[in-house]
Amino acid sequence: MVSCSGECCSLGTLSRIATRRVLEDLKAGETVTICLPLFLAGDSGERMFAQQFPTVAVDGCHKLCATKAIEKYSGKTAAAVDVELILEEHGWDPPASRRLLTSEDMVKVAGVAGVIVGKVDEIKEAQDA
Amino acid sequence: MNKRPILIIPCSGIGKPFGTIGRDATFRVVDELRKGKAETNCLSLLVMGDEEATEQIQESDCIAVDGCPLECARKNIEIAGGRIAAHFRVMDLLRENRGLRPRQVTCLDEDGRELAEMLAERISLKVDELGGEGR
Repeated sequence: MVSCSGECCSLGTLSRIATRRVLEDLKAGETVTICLPLFLAGDSGERMFAQQFPTVAVDGCHKLCATKAIEKYSGKTAAAVDVELILEEHGWDPPASRRLLTSEDMVKVAGVAGVIVGKVDEIKEAQDA
Repeated sequence: MNKRPILIIPCSGIGKPFGTIGRDATFRVVDELRKGKAETNCLSLLVMGDEEATEQIQESDCIAVDGCPLECARKNIEIAGGRIAAHFRVMDLLRENRGLRPRQVTCLDEDGRELAEMLAERISLKVDELGGEGR
């Protein structure tokens, strides 16, 4: 999973925390994350990893930095999650703060994490088929 | 000449607490301590050549905030053509405060928050020194 770094707005924070939630809890042991800044800085290990293993891009907004970076340097993503779109579909407002999420925001985190888990499961099912 | 706000770019590394500490400190500075005098933007946008982000980085004094010795923020700012006016590394702050052992990555623990506060203060002083102005 590769989350956007998303410093410009709270959606980046939401992406980041949802990705960590999947990594640490929901799909612990089944997923890893690679560091997008390291990937962008040209680390060959990170780029090769994204080439060799199915990669889920988690983007905070419609600019799709994580998706575009992976496709530019490593190849097509196995799946992409657009957090901004998920919020729109649920009628949720973005978190007010970039730094601290409220308990209401954590419901949104759970929603996004659920979508990421769904993508991971789809990839695994395709691999097992 | 109108001066732009100082542009602070954290690495936002997701694998270790240090990336989160740098990110948290950055937000403290731009959203609270030096609001209007400092701003931030997505590292990815800068490197991927977003037009507005490119203009911003080329017109601003930049402060790179790196979590670890790989220095991704510094490297990516340079790749994007920015000029680095100051560089902070979370690891350096950790060495000065060996009693603090941040462990949580997703949401900072007490030690992580303490380091983030210290770092934010240092960055704020540097913003003052560089003379960032609101737009």
